[in-house]
Amino acid sequence: MNNFYRDRIKSLLFGNRTSYGLVFNILLYVLLIAIGFVYLYPLLFMFVTSLKSPSDLLNPMVQWVPTELFLGNYEKALRVLDYPTTLSASILVSLVPSLIQAVVCSLVGYGLARYRFFGKNLLFALILATFIIPAQNTVIPQMLTYRELGLLGNVFSLILPAMMGQGFKSAIFILIFYQTFQSMPKVLEEAARLDGATDIKIFIKIALPAAVPAFIISIIFSTVWYWNETFLTVIFLEGGVQTLPMQLSKFVQAYENLYPPGMVNIFDRLNEAVKLAGTFLNILPLLLMYFILQKWFVESIERSGITGE
Amino acid sequence: MKSGKGIRSREMKHSTREALYGYSFVMIWIIGFLIFTLVPLVETFLYSMNQVTVSATGIDLTFVRWDNYSRALFTDPTFVASIIEYVVETLVSVPIIIIFSLIIAMFLNLKFRFKGFFRTIFFLPVVITSGPVIQELTAQGATSVPEIANSAVVANFLTELPNSLRNPVQYLLTSFILILWFSGVQILIYLSSLQKIDRSIYEAAAIDGASPWEAFWKITLPSLSTTTLIIAVYTIITLSHFSENRIIKYIYGQTYAVQGGIGYASAMSFLYFAVLVLLLAIVYLLLNSRAKNTFR
Repeated sequence: MNNFYRDRIKSLLFGNRTSYGLVFNILLYVLLIAIGFVYLYPLLFMFVTSLKSPSDLLNPMVQWVPTELFLGNYEKALRVLDYPTTLSASILVSLVPSLIQAVVCSLVGYGLARYRFFGKNLLFALILATFIIPAQNTVIPQMLTYRELGLLGNVFSLILPAMMGQGFKSAIFILIFYQTFQSMPKVLEEAARLDGATDIKIFIKIALPAAVPAFIISIIFSTVWYWNETFLTVIFLEGGVQTLPMQLSKFVQAYENLYPPGMVNIFDRLNEAVKLAGTFLNILPLLLMYFILQKWFVESIERSGITGE
Repeated sequence: MKSGKGIRSREMKHSTREALYGYSFVMIWIIGFLIFTLVPLVETFLYSMNQVTVSATGIDLTFVRWDNYSRALFTDPTFVASIIEYVVETLVSVPIIIIFSLIIAMFLNLKFRFKGFFRTIFFLPVVITSGPVIQELTAQGATSVPEIANSAVVANFLTELPNSLRNPVQYLLTSFILILWFSGVQILIYLSSLQKIDRSIYEAAAIDGASPWEAFWKITLPSLSTTTLIIAVYTIITLSHFSENRIIKYIYGQTYAVQGGIGYASAMSFLYFAVLVLLLAIVYLLLNSRAKNTFR
């Protein structure tokens, strides 16, 4: 009898075949919560600081809980960022190239997965090379060409490379589509071919509908990456289309244009709360998108398995 | 004889047809590669051997041979120093990211409540890491844990360290969260390979008396060696392409500087590219030989 209880307690604490045990579980949650907190710390810091009024900022007693709900920083940041304009610009700049890029990459991925032809390995090597080559090794001649064509500051300077499979991180998406098509059974396509369907028709009618998860994951990821990209957008779009991150990197300057330092009272000077409110507004659309689509973000990767084997 | 020939030519025809269709699917990429990658790459290389002046009508080149390269390597103290710092920071960050993402992936591979919640948190940074955001957060001190980075104990400890060690340690302390923030995609890749490992191997090992610890070293790690290689390469490339990277910023600044110019910036871009390829080659050789050994 004594032994029985000892075993029960032991298995409760240290686990058995069906559960991990209490000790392990507590350790797991403590670790996960600790790491999760470290992960979220910058975001929490940003959010809390952005709600602080100027007097809260100066008050060393106020650390994590502001004394009042102060939205003045957001009012200012919205004006400084010129939010409606830059937001719609960002949506345009990130969504359109992503959609085009996904279509082109699916074509290339299908060609690589389904057809045998000479030079395929070389092609794979080149696709990998486009992933490795840093942008600054190719960007200046492109910029000069766009200047000649009058495309600088125009969204087309980002759409054109995407149309040719040379968009931002295109190589990854080609590999995702390659894997997706590679892992699909060929039977349906062969049957369709025997029935006299053309290759294009097979691709559109059979392969594409089965690759919807790959499309979703590609579009989501490349939208996020295009949204966050600033190196290329600054070079290609400066002077024309102004995206949110571009405006954020000029925040101080833009703020001082609206609220000249000598002209406004001390509470309207630029402080870190306003800056962080701007930063938060910058990532807010992505956060919303992430929380709405987060199932797709995480699960589609697990399902499509981009492990590159 | 005749019929054999006929079959052969029909087979040839089939494979040519297949190749033609294959080429037509990838053609757009090949054209794009020529226009948007190869030609600009060659042009940038030409610039790097010239003194480039941009005028209203076009660009003027004056051939200077390897002058831009020797200037970057031997007379520009900032460039060499930042290259060294970049290499050190990358070599510090990559193992941390790999180990951290493996640990998190193994956690997420267990069965427990609120798994979706934690997964959402760990993947969040992928969505929000852009240059300006990171810059703002770093400037406001949100990316380091201030209690650790600014404490007197740590400051004393740092001054005791030799110079070559101090910078990496300081980098680690001030941008620890940033380093972790770069492991989102890596966690997912590890997670999906963990889920592909056959459960029955673990059961067989457990029956043979292997502890979970042994199973981790003898089963999990060897099965993940290819994934680790992919993750290492991916991490190095992401870190090297990140727009807040000091070298990228320096090269970009030099492009428009009076002292620098397009020619000089192009030369530095190629040197940077060479260092990146070298880093990738070293990591590849290191991890690939390990990957082969474990399967032997």
